[in-house]
Amino acid sequence: MTTKVENADVSRRDFLYIATGAVGAVGTALAIWPFIDQMNPDASVLALASTEFDLAPLEEGQGVTIKWRGKPVFIRHRTPKEIEEAKKTPLAELKDPIARNLNLPPDAEATDENRVKDANGKVNEKYLVQIGICTHLGCVPLGEQGDYDGWFCPCHGSHYDSAGRIRKGPAPRNLDIPPYKYTSDTVIVIG
Amino acid sequence: MSGHSTYEFKNPIARWVDERLPILSVVRGQLVDFPTPRNLNYWWTFGGILATMLVIQILTGIVLVMHFTPHTSMAFDSVEHIMRDVNWGWLLRWMHANGASFFFIAVYIHIFRGLYYGSYKAPREILWMIGVIIFIAMMATAFMGYVLPWGQMSYWGAVVITNLFSAIPVVGDQIVQWLWGGFSVANPTLQRFFSLHYLLPFVLAALVFLHVWALHVTGNNNPDGIEVKSEQDTLPFHPYYTMKDLFAILVFLMVYAAFVFYSPWYLGHSINFAPANPLSTPAHIVPEWYFLPFYAMLRAIPDKLGGVIVMFSSLIILFFLPWLDTSKVKSLKYRPLARQFFWLLVIVCLVLGIAGAQPAQGAWLLVARLATAWYFIHFLVILPLLGFIEKPKPIPASISEAVLGKAKA
Amino acid sequence: MKTITKMFTALGLAVALFAAPAHASGGGQKNAEDYDFSFEGPFGKFDRAQLQRGWQVFKEVCSNCHSLKYIRFRNLTEPGGPELPVEAVKKIAAEYEISGEVNDEGEPITRPGRLSDAIPAPYPNEQAAKAANNNALPPDLSLIVKAREGWYYPWYISPFIKLFKGNGGAEYVRSLIAGYEDPPHGEEKEGLNYNPYFPGHWIAMPPPLAGEDVEYADGTKPTLIQEATDVAAFLAWASMPKMEERKRVGLMTLLYLGVFALLMLMVKKSLWSRVEH
Repeated sequence: MTTKVENADVSRRDFLYIATGAVGAVGTALAIWPFIDQMNPDASVLALASTEFDLAPLEEGQGVTIKWRGKPVFIRHRTPKEIEEAKKTPLAELKDPIARNLNLPPDAEATDENRVKDANGKVNEKYLVQIGICTHLGCVPLGEQGDYDGWFCPCHGSHYDSAGRIRKGPAPRNLDIPPYKYTSDTVIVIG
Repeated sequence: MSGHSTYEFKNPIARWVDERLPILSVVRGQLVDFPTPRNLNYWWTFGGILATMLVIQILTGIVLVMHFTPHTSMAFDSVEHIMRDVNWGWLLRWMHANGASFFFIAVYIHIFRGLYYGSYKAPREILWMIGVIIFIAMMATAFMGYVLPWGQMSYWGAVVITNLFSAIPVVGDQIVQWLWGGFSVANPTLQRFFSLHYLLPFVLAALVFLHVWALHVTGNNNPDGIEVKSEQDTLPFHPYYTMKDLFAILVFLMVYAAFVFYSPWYLGHSINFAPANPLSTPAHIVPEWYFLPFYAMLRAIPDKLGGVIVMFSSLIILFFLPWLDTSKVKSLKYRPLARQFFWLLVIVCLVLGIAGAQPAQGAWLLVARLATAWYFIHFLVILPLLGFIEKPKPIPASISEAVLGKAKA
Repeated sequence: MKTITKMFTALGLAVALFAAPAHASGGGQKNAEDYDFSFEGPFGKFDRAQLQRGWQVFKEVCSNCHSLKYIRFRNLTEPGGPELPVEAVKKIAAEYEISGEVNDEGEPITRPGRLSDAIPAPYPNEQAAKAANNNALPPDLSLIVKAREGWYYPWYISPFIKLFKGNGGAEYVRSLIAGYEDPPHGEEKEGLNYNPYFPGHWIAMPPPLAGEDVEYADGTKPTLIQEATDVAAFLAWASMPKMEERKRVGLMTLLYLGVFALLMLMVKKSLWSRVEH
């Protein structure tokens, strides 16, 4: 009889200890979150303005690098030769068959057209807009270089073609196309 | 009590580690099995509360530094950036700012508990003296931290406190310029305060380690002020005191949270939300509340050097306390006369705090002077004399006797 | 348990006593008129419509002289604030000209404002602001409610008042704006105006509002005191845009700590009931 009561006592006590431990553990986990989340991009970073760019002054064969969200963005007015080369490259020859265009579905094919499409579906094959960061380890590739009339990353020797697609070297993906749209025939807003 | 337990760990990995680095047996000996007097009351939980506050301050401080910019042109803006843009920035900032206040609330209770129960007496003199050093280091840390947001009170607080050193004869002005890194409180001052404000908490942590080490050599004092005589007098630290401390910590954190979330700048100064302006002093400048008693002493003396000396002496005197108190009885529970003087000292310190915030003139100045005088009389005259005059009440033979006696009654 | 109750009563009392003088201040100002703003108290929230009206008063009147540099246009759309629609705020922002940038030729340019821009200041710098205002600098208003106090009670009452009513910054702004008076004894001071709520009574700012200064879209009658109340509420939000989140998280935290503390007390009791102490 007494042992039974004691047993009930003990199990009630164990339950109390376990419940308290669990409450403490949950609270500690919740309390840690602000200390982790404070390192995520803050409201001012997230709200950073989109960047507007006027394409009109860019001459054929000329490229510029502008900054968007702290990253380099390559904007290039391609020559007819570059466009021609990019268009006739069969998809089968590409290392990465995905467009990597943030304005398109994630499985869009890496055709030249898909590389120059904006968020509204507008295509202007003269202007190629891409994030200038090598998809290998984050260096900035050099323009008008490499074996494919495009970009070449000097860090580890990745070659991109005139549509910014990876053709040779260690980089796994094509250069990313940032979200952008034409607000007029020659003005784009990135972001 | 010292040394590590001879516990043999059953887990083979634990045993393997412990044979090479006895860290596990030290933890077990000092934090689990450590024999602790069984009669400690809730005033003894403030050690654990203080450790918690130190950890909170260091953690929130480290993450605030990720967003703060220690430059006069950007410090104020970066604090507002933390308050408005950084994820949970407002919470981290208010935890840190109010954490300082609650750190001091806890440390003052901890100090007065030590005074009441005679915890500074042999064999705990070193333990006490390390504690005084911790207190002084805390004040330095808090002062420099308050300067960092670069508001009006930050700036003028820095001006006034650094100017204390100009009271030093001959080299005073040189020292002040050295502290400032220029001819006024300016960017070099802010940057060095930031550096030191980041450094000192780790010094504090090291001092706390020494404090706990010293504590674990002598063992805890207790409300009856009788040394532990047998195992009957003690309980293992874990789970008895770990759980009791945890409960007290949670209650303390509730009061702290009430301020952090519902009155986060109650303990600060409104004018510190105006950016520092070296050309205009606010009408009424006062230090943070925890410095007010010392500020009152500083202003009570009509002489610049004298005021500075008196203020620093009020701290220095604490180092000599173990020898100023001549009574052989530790706990004021058994010292009826000393107990009355203790409460008088508490009141005097509170009065000093209130006087420190009033304009230093008229009746308040007189009050501050009397209270300052009494503070020193208490330590330099009353305590030494009491040991000879006072007739203590009979003391129980042991802690277990005191405890069992209470149980019977 | 008794000890701990006693202990925390003492603790609370000591805190209150010490905080008391820290807030005390002299100067003979008049206490701000007490007003129950919707955002007071542990559950208080901002009144969206009031914040929107206050923003209108700020934009159409105050912003002619005062900056609000820590508020960005996007803040007006964020939860816990006026919560204006994003598209409307985009339009408002675009009405402002943002300067400070240069074009590719290095010439300074202006462009229309965006959500991420701070609300532009009326003057390019402090000197210009002073020069245009009789050598008195109109303070930035982003933190004015936190930086000002409304009560001047004696030191032994003040801490308790402040514990329950706050510093009275919003009440101060409200009373100040609507509280201009003719100076007593017909006294006059060059370039200064008499206001019993202002420390020292003589303020450089002329009465900013007279009533009927704006036309409220929601049909509220724009009396002087209504405008003053609305703009005081708006500036309170500008001072503490995270207030609603703070109180919400605070409630959860206190509830959690309460439950956890209660459990710990039971654990502690169950342990100690087995030993003599």
